[in-house]
Amino acid sequence: MTAIPAAAADRSPGRIGRRIPLHFVVIFLMVVWLIPTIGLLVNSFRPPDAVTSSGWWTAIFSPSQFTLDNYAHVLAQSNMSAGFVNSLFISIPATVIPIMVAAFAAYAFAWMKFPGRDILFVVVVGLLVVPLQSTFIPILQLYGPKGLNIAGSFLTVWLAHTGYGLPFAIYLLRNFMGELPREVFESAAIDGASPVTAFFRLALPMTVPAIAALAIFQFLFTWNDLLVALVYIGAQNPDNVPLTIVVSNLVSSLGGGWQYLAAAAFVTMALPLAVFLALQRYFVRGIVGGAVKG
Amino acid sequence: MDPRLVTAVIVVLGVPAVLIGYIWLTERALGLLGQRARAGLRPWLWLAPALAFLAVFLVYPTIGTLVRSFQDKTGTSFVGLDNFAWFFNNDASLLALRNSLIWLVVLTALTVGLGLLIAVLVDRVRYETVAKSVIFVPLAISMVAASVIWTFMYWRSTPPDPQIGTLNAALGSVGVGPVAWIQVSDFGFNSIMLVIVMAWMWTGFCMVILSAALKGINPELLEAARVDGATERQVFRRITLPLMAPTIAVVTTTMLITALKAFDIVYVMTSGHFDTQVVAFQLIQELYNFNSPGRASAIGIILLLAIIPIMAFNIRRFRAQEAIR
Repeated sequence: MTAIPAAAADRSPGRIGRRIPLHFVVIFLMVVWLIPTIGLLVNSFRPPDAVTSSGWWTAIFSPSQFTLDNYAHVLAQSNMSAGFVNSLFISIPATVIPIMVAAFAAYAFAWMKFPGRDILFVVVVGLLVVPLQSTFIPILQLYGPKGLNIAGSFLTVWLAHTGYGLPFAIYLLRNFMGELPREVFESAAIDGASPVTAFFRLALPMTVPAIAALAIFQFLFTWNDLLVALVYIGAQNPDNVPLTIVVSNLVSSLGGGWQYLAAAAFVTMALPLAVFLALQRYFVRGIVGGAVKG
Repeated sequence: MDPRLVTAVIVVLGVPAVLIGYIWLTERALGLLGQRARAGLRPWLWLAPALAFLAVFLVYPTIGTLVRSFQDKTGTSFVGLDNFAWFFNNDASLLALRNSLIWLVVLTALTVGLGLLIAVLVDRVRYETVAKSVIFVPLAISMVAASVIWTFMYWRSTPPDPQIGTLNAALGSVGVGPVAWIQVSDFGFNSIMLVIVMAWMWTGFCMVILSAALKGINPELLEAARVDGATERQVFRRITLPLMAPTIAVVTTTMLITALKAFDIVYVMTSGHFDTQVVAFQLIQELYNFNSPGRASAIGIILLLAIIPIMAFNIRRFRAQEAIR
């Protein structure tokens, strides 16, 4: 794959003037998106009475308001580090398992012919709309002593996140796999490659940007999940609770303590953001074309 | 060593190994069969793990929901379509239905439109990663923390108190009086304000997926068009956009469903007051606050039925995709 001519051409001297509106729009959108984030960031460093008596922007001009108390309180929670480790234990398998399971299913939907395929696919994607709340009671019974007897273990959330994450994962991957050119698979079949080989050598490498996008979201959603963890782990096993439950306990039942939420938001955001940045290298133009040639 | 760490390592390495082993073994087993049986059986073997998970975690509970939607509060007797009749015959649900429609249209238009615009624009600048991170960050903020900051964005103090809300302070600096952003319900104004909070969070989602599609386009294709004298605008309209269309449809479908299911922001910011109720929050309230699983289940079933047209569109699109590839 050679250098990208479009980008090179865009940087030629004659084009610079025409690129000013582009930069203006991009930077404008960045500023619009940043204002609430910065507001939250600034308020996370302010005492609650200051937050409710003056706007966050005033703090920028009177930095004496700033305090680390909110962060100190959040980080001083005795079960914070345990919660962090638990969140990792929950999120990593809950990201890896559904992506693998979905990739096989997506490949079957995209490249194999079987009766009832379209209807089955629509049912699978349609399950996206099922409210998770309506699944809790039957699944809790299944996990309980009269069923699998695994209540409160990590296994419960790994399995549940896999089930809940599959409709979107299959939908997204089927779309990207379905876009691949037919000739690639036909010539592989003529060369004697089995579907297993075609899947691992062609379909998977050519879908890397989509898999990276999916990994970002599945990790983010399981990392930020409060509801599923609360229902399947929270009550039964306090040792296994993730960061989100530890953070939600900071807020008292009377609604006090919300200022810690802002600080906690930035503490817990660090890891998903790192995953996002780490996977950015798979969002490079030409990565898919390169895989075809290679 | 923490025994849970051992378990986690076993799971992270073991489960993919088992899955790969499973596919490999099925292929060996299929080798024993005739050509015809092989092609007929293979897709089901590839689908089996996914279908098993879906059957247990989504289909089986949904069957329960369907049964409950025909039952009364206590779940002891069947009441036919009463729960559905109740939903379509009271003003509160009709208002929730109208608001859900606002969410459906406005949220999808904002997130997909802006997500596409940003994905395409940042592809052309060198600070792409920084720009994408800025748009992505709100998605990583918890829903509750996002509601906290937007409560302060929309805050209205009673004059002459100084405005501590960002938007009203900005208006005040140009001499415009404060607006009650989340109280004014004329023409669904405050519902749209709540949708904006959600759009601020979810535009990053659309941007990342659309960006993945954009990066998947073969650069040689675009270069060939440029060599043939196509302008940048023509390249975008005639090549980039059609090639991204399937992914735009996927993102649109996902956002329509996300809009239908969204209730957290309504719950945290208004609790459904000021005429901001939506169908998904009504479901939650019937389930937990009013202890009425029959009605909640009926709402769940109505949501399922509501996406049938969206799904029909998806079938048509996939058939078209298959015909041309």
